[in-house]
Amino acid sequence: MGIIENIVEKNGLVFAFLFVGIVMLFSFWVSKHITLNKVPGVAIAIIIGLSLAFFGGEKGISNVPLFAGVAMLGGSMLRDFSVVATAMSADLSKIKQAGLAGLVSLVLGVTISFVVGVLIALSMGYTNVESLATIGAGACTYIVGPVTGSALGASSEVIAISVATGVVKTIFTTVGTPLIAKKIKLDNPHSAIVFGGLVGTTSGVVAGLAATDEKLVPYGALTATFYTGLGCLLCPSVFYLLLRFLGA
Amino acid sequence: MKIYGVALLAACFLLGKLLGHLLGHLININSDVGGVGFAMFLLMVSSIYLRKKKWLVPETEKGIWFWSSMYIPIIVAMASTLNVRAALSGGLLAVCAGIGATMACMALVPLLSKIGRQKNVDSRKKAVHGNH
Repeated sequence: MGIIENIVEKNGLVFAFLFVGIVMLFSFWVSKHITLNKVPGVAIAIIIGLSLAFFGGEKGISNVPLFAGVAMLGGSMLRDFSVVATAMSADLSKIKQAGLAGLVSLVLGVTISFVVGVLIALSMGYTNVESLATIGAGACTYIVGPVTGSALGASSEVIAISVATGVVKTIFTTVGTPLIAKKIKLDNPHSAIVFGGLVGTTSGVVAGLAATDEKLVPYGALTATFYTGLGCLLCPSVFYLLLRFLGA
Repeated sequence: MKIYGVALLAACFLLGKLLGHLLGHLININSDVGGVGFAMFLLMVSSIYLRKKKWLVPETEKGIWFWSSMYIPIIVAMASTLNVRAALSGGLLAVCAGIGATMACMALVPLLSKIGRQKNVDSRKKAVHGNH
């Protein structure tokens, strides 16, 4: 056993290919034979991934030494690299057409997430402006939250809540997108661009669209990638000042 | 050779990240703003240009298509490395705020999708009309 563990730990990334391959194989088999193609294989694979992550720690399953390589495969470098590659199947003219809609959805998406986050925090008894702004920022993405929190000097407990809020958003988007897609008419490149801008969490948008319709992924990713930056720009500055102005 | 395609993808990726960081620097946040988006644009534009020049042969493209088809397994790997436990133990506030914000934004998709879309339908009608 010692030898096998040694080989796997030294070749983590290669083992991750095998691991994910097996998860995919199993998921597509379940999708075809058990759900009779009603639930997409990709969605099942993602849900298996999330459930496995639950048994891990801060970095999900990769906290288990045997699965450390999965963190490299699922890390931001390879994720961004492969998402950029999907641009090959995107249609430039469709993007041009949705340019304005994408821009509006980005600004509205950050604003609405922030406002909803602040309102819910307010209803649960938070009154400190810095805490409210940090949790509102966390409702944008799990990166905007801590960036805003540390800029405003929020407490580490509040920053942790803001990160958790962002992760909940990512997971909810991943699981919820295929379920809600029909109701919100998310079935064409145009609405995928709007969806990416409104929801914004790149990992959630990409995973959710992949589970809905693979063809939509590049369009959603295109706008979502600007969201975190926009959030980091607006939340600790304009939004915080507005909030302080309203509170005073 | 496939590596030419991978190299083109890498060039677009790195240049896009550079642009993203420059934009971030410009607006005073120390992070990447839209780097992936810029990289995607660069790849789309450069592949159209290179295809016209007949430099982008199918064999080269295969190097890019490989990575394009790898994103789903990569997303599955990413899902299994998320901090799911923290998300669930972040308390009611984190769960409510996360789900509430997402639902509010998702609900607006049909409305905002109308921007720039109506014209599209009109212009297509006109185009069809014109062809007759």
